[in-house]
Amino acid sequence: MIEALFFYLFAGVMLASGFMVVVSRNPVYSVLFLILAFFNAAGMFVLIGAEFLAMLLVVVYVGAVAVLFLFVVMMLDINFAEMRAGFQKYLPLGLIVGGILVFELVAAMYGDAFSKASLPVASEIANTTQLGGVLYTKYAFLFQIAGLILLVAMIGAISLTMRKRVGVRRQSIAAQNSRRREDVMEIVKMPSGKAKAKDDAAAGSVDDK
Amino acid sequence: MIFDLADILPALPEMILATLALVLVLVAAYGGEGAKNARRVTRIALGGIVLALMLIWSGTAADETAFGGMFMADSFASYMKILVLLGTFGALYMSITPLAKDDINKPEFALLVVLALVGMMLMISANDLMSLYMAVELQSLPLYVVAAMRTNSLRSSEAGLKYFLLGALSSGMLLYGASLVYGFAGTTSFSGIAAAVSVDQLPVAFIVGMVFMVSGIAFKISAAPFHMWTPDVYEGSPSPVTALFAIAPKVAAMALMMRLTYGAFGAIEAEWSQVLIALSIASMAVGALGAIMQRDIKRMMAYSSIAHMGYALAGLAAGSHQGALGVMIYMTGYIFMGAGSFAIILLMRRDGQSATRIADLQGLSRTHPMLALGLMIMMFSMAGIPPLAGFFGKWYVFLAAVNAGLVPLAVVGVVMSVIGAFYYLRIIKIMYFEETDEPLDTDMPTANKMVLGVSIAVILLFFIGLSPLLEAANLAATALMTQL
Repeated sequence: MIEALFFYLFAGVMLASGFMVVVSRNPVYSVLFLILAFFNAAGMFVLIGAEFLAMLLVVVYVGAVAVLFLFVVMMLDINFAEMRAGFQKYLPLGLIVGGILVFELVAAMYGDAFSKASLPVASEIANTTQLGGVLYTKYAFLFQIAGLILLVAMIGAISLTMRKRVGVRRQSIAAQNSRRREDVMEIVKMPSGKAKAKDDAAAGSVDDK
Repeated sequence: MIFDLADILPALPEMILATLALVLVLVAAYGGEGAKNARRVTRIALGGIVLALMLIWSGTAADETAFGGMFMADSFASYMKILVLLGTFGALYMSITPLAKDDINKPEFALLVVLALVGMMLMISANDLMSLYMAVELQSLPLYVVAAMRTNSLRSSEAGLKYFLLGALSSGMLLYGASLVYGFAGTTSFSGIAAAVSVDQLPVAFIVGMVFMVSGIAFKISAAPFHMWTPDVYEGSPSPVTALFAIAPKVAAMALMMRLTYGAFGAIEAEWSQVLIALSIASMAVGALGAIMQRDIKRMMAYSSIAHMGYALAGLAAGSHQGALGVMIYMTGYIFMGAGSFAIILLMRRDGQSATRIADLQGLSRTHPMLALGLMIMMFSMAGIPPLAGFFGKWYVFLAAVNAGLVPLAVVGVVMSVIGAFYYLRIIKIMYFEETDEPLDTDMPTANKMVLGVSIAVILLFFIGLSPLLEAANLAATALMTQL
């Protein structure tokens, strides 16, 4: 009973926020509604016992993808009113695509293309444990290659975007820390007794205060 | 499931190179700026490649799998890996002395090449749909980056972006095909797929998946009609990168294609053979006809490599032991022709700027007689003039096609090869019978001399070394056909 209640809560909020993503006028609100939709989808994953997928959805989609969207929306100068202009023109096409998707989902649910007998019972699988059991043993090879691919992505991004620009004053911490007093300071002995200079210095210090 | 040493030892060369890449990251980051460190990183990488080469050379010929059957080390893998390692060594060695003023001069280049090399070797050894995909990605990603390496050049950035987008598309096709194949075979391992294929009536969707996978790999070997990226990427990338593209990754992708068609889909030869015949004819035609119009020698080499892939696919389409053997002989000649040609193309520069128009070769026979002679040998070999390496490649490939009853394919191949001879001979005509007032620069680094010398020697003396080569290729083809 309580599970059904939560299901309808999550599903309802998700549908509503999905709708708001499309219709809201401010693109920043759209992204925020998208994040809300992701959270509700994660909640539904928890309900069916796929807690690892739920965590992944929050970490990857909310933590990385949606924040990236937010950056893009806020930092790029995109004319959203113009993008929205063709809404009515594209509505039929969107409805057709959506209709096909609904049809396929219904067919998958009630059709016999997927035999439901082979489906494991979700509540019996502790999927985080299971993943942990095979990720570093059976699939260690693939895991290592994935690591190398991520390394390549990192090196590639850095080497393509980092460039030396001339005329930029950079901070060199090592050079700053290794400065010695003798190298950079010069003590100049001034003969005393010049009243004019003294007065000026005194006046300056008063002004500073 | 617990691994012991015997279970990971067959992958020792790959592990050594991967570890070396991690060391090179540190050397590249902390070794200081600029050309000197770039040279140091390249030298260490070359040392690692030699070590891996020696390990594979001295390795056992027995079939071994590692990592629970995901990694296959047999004599076919050894043969192809030696080719890939030799090709990468040549391309990397030639990048050690920056020639043109605008050449890439960063430590990251050699580092990314080593990582791509690991990917290529894993592709050759892939024995599972998952390791196949991961290896393809590991091979492709560093190559996208090095194509765009010259960040202040619009052309280079365009090449990198184009390569990346089309490569991503091909990855998508590969994955979609793999998902269908997995869905109907119920397993990702090649031996499991081969078992599932050979039983009974196959669903159409399985064939669709197979076609998608073959198309995805056809992108990587730039077989027509999936060749569109090749000329632009070859032209836009810095020349040392183009040299690498032309030599190594094609061999790895071709090995993967062989592994997939002969191994996993071995029982449905009739199905994939048609696809390969279509790819082969299209590639031969596009390569031969497209190259005629080119003014830039790098673009011409791109079309030439499309044509070469078409010829190799003709052998593959035969689906026989002889076909596999022919493709291996063809690829052996191909890497040496590519390395030799690019040793000369890298030298084509005027006042320190690279000059890669075909017209820049005018009068080369007067100003650089040895270079002209070398390029002539390369062009004759590519055109398939006996007794050079290119001839034997074509001979074995077309022989396999004829013996498999694909006579029309072989006829088309011979006709296209005659058309292709036109543009190879045109280069020789430009070098020997046209005059110029502006000669190319004269200095010639040792690296290019060495690579050119070795390539010429191999191509000229190919017929002497043919019998041991055939023996090795025969062993490798047998391993490929019987592994499952």
